[in-house]
Amino acid sequence: MSDPAIIQPITDTPQRRAILRRLRRRPSVKGSLIALLIIVVTGLLLPSLALQNPYDLSSFSVMDSRLPPGAESFDGQVFLLGTDQQGRDMLSAILYGMRVSLMVGLISTAVALVIGICVGLTAAVLGGRIETLLMRIVDFILGFPTILVALVMLAMIGRGVDKVIFAIVVVQWANYARIMRSTALSERRKEYVEAAFNLGYSRPRVMFRHIMPNSLNAVLVVATVQIASAITLEATLSFLGVGVPVTEPSLGLLVASGFDYLMSGDYWISFYPGVALLLLIFSLNLVGDRLRTALDPKRS
Amino acid sequence: MLLYIMQRLMQSIGVLLAVSVAVFLAVYAVGNPVDLLISPEATQAERQQMIARLGLDQPVWSQYLTFLWNALHGDLGTSFVHGQPALSLIVSRMPATFELVVCALLLASLIGIPIGLWVGLNDGSFGSRAVMTGSILGYSIPSFWKGMVLILVLAVWLNWLPASGRGETVPVLGIPLSFLTLDGLRHLTMPVINLAIPNIALMIRLTAAGASEAVHQDYVKFARAKGVRNQRIVRRHILRNILIPIVTVLGVEFGSLIAFSTITETVFAWPGMGKLLITSIYQLDRPVVVAYVLLVTFIFVMVNLLVDFTYAALDPRVKLTERMS
Repeated sequence: MSDPAIIQPITDTPQRRAILRRLRRRPSVKGSLIALLIIVVTGLLLPSLALQNPYDLSSFSVMDSRLPPGAESFDGQVFLLGTDQQGRDMLSAILYGMRVSLMVGLISTAVALVIGICVGLTAAVLGGRIETLLMRIVDFILGFPTILVALVMLAMIGRGVDKVIFAIVVVQWANYARIMRSTALSERRKEYVEAAFNLGYSRPRVMFRHIMPNSLNAVLVVATVQIASAITLEATLSFLGVGVPVTEPSLGLLVASGFDYLMSGDYWISFYPGVALLLLIFSLNLVGDRLRTALDPKRS
Repeated sequence: MLLYIMQRLMQSIGVLLAVSVAVFLAVYAVGNPVDLLISPEATQAERQQMIARLGLDQPVWSQYLTFLWNALHGDLGTSFVHGQPALSLIVSRMPATFELVVCALLLASLIGIPIGLWVGLNDGSFGSRAVMTGSILGYSIPSFWKGMVLILVLAVWLNWLPASGRGETVPVLGIPLSFLTLDGLRHLTMPVINLAIPNIALMIRLTAAGASEAVHQDYVKFARAKGVRNQRIVRRHILRNILIPIVTVLGVEFGSLIAFSTITETVFAWPGMGKLLITSIYQLDRPVVVAYVLLVTFIFVMVNLLVDFTYAALDPRVKLTERMS
């Protein structure tokens, strides 16, 4: 990464493309991207891949409960990762759980991103009292640990997929708003913005068509890492019993359901869902970290 | 300086008021406060008495003032489950949590700072890159699962350490502490490691970033040109300069670890405030939840205030007049 080209702000596509190409070649990034691809593809192809549907009570039997990995059921199926206390195949449960985790992470990040971008842009362009007020709110939210705010909120409003997404959005939008405002502020001073205003374009048009596309880089890098932290947050909340309901078990809830059997040595109920979770979070964090270093003008 | 302190104090009071309004609204607006704050097993007469005492027959603004007045007098309600004042219940669990958090922070700095220093001074080498990637893994592992793996390996398989509880405690000035007995220390080990791991990663990254930037500064070049020995440069010049952000982060982390210890305490059945919070949420013991939020917010705001003042005192470059704007 000694190429002086990346010192320049990466608004040009050829440069951006070159950085991404170089980034993709690094083994750690390549590995992470392949892992993420596998996770997303299995999430999409799910019903045809899983041995059974963990939501369908008739597809599994209590006769098979807590079988170790590799064991066979009484009707001859092989449970690669064992079964849980209800006789569910862990591999199928993990595949379905991964879908819940991924869905919650992506939706909440997307919503938080949109809110954060709008708030940050508004603050930067309007300025004055509105900016002060918005940024005070942002500072207030960022002043507390995410887990605490989300935990207490869910304790008050109850569990559910929609409520978890709501809680994650509440704790995360402020991150994007802060970054968006600071990049948009420096973009605002540039000549092309002045030119756009002089051409008589409306404020929203300049905000969304001119300033926003040029200040997205930083926000999007943060978004990669924030997906990971959204997934972690959901898993943690579900583990603590205030997250998703038992009818839609995410990876965190699967880990929690195996906790009681850990002491008797039946580790696979908790262990494998956690491995899947770790793989997902680690890959996202790794890609986010490499992306950040590659796009950081200070590190050249 | 005095002006700055006053200003920051006012800001902190503002934050506390905002949180009290938010909590008040959450309790009083989301559901029926009578159901939330009065035990479902209370008799009709008790209910009437409680409604009168909490002022629930008054208009909203006056209810808030009563709530605030009671809170300022340390009256944050009575636990349904334990029948004790919620505040004293939480305060009695505080030493366990603080012990865990302080030990985790100590461990994180003792391991993280030397490794981070080495990484920063050997920037770009294979070893330092491996440590940096490893540190990403360190903060990626979900805390609850990591705790369970620790229990599985160290308690279930190897049978080296106990999996839950606080063990034997010794009262010091009336505060029960675990780390002074062997049994307590054995109980403390796993929860502390579990809580410390993400912070070790954080300390490594923070120290490494600071050190790798500091090596290229002029004062290091001059010291080298002067013939100062390498060890002395690292210790007297580099470390001293990068210590300020580290101390700041350690302070802030103290607050956030109190919140994060909730997870670790749940996994290891550590009898601290976090475990109490989770149990209270399960048992719908709202007064304890409300009291926890207000108390932890208070601690949080106080710690941040303290960190800011320390920062201002430590770093002569911090121009207080600038920070005020």
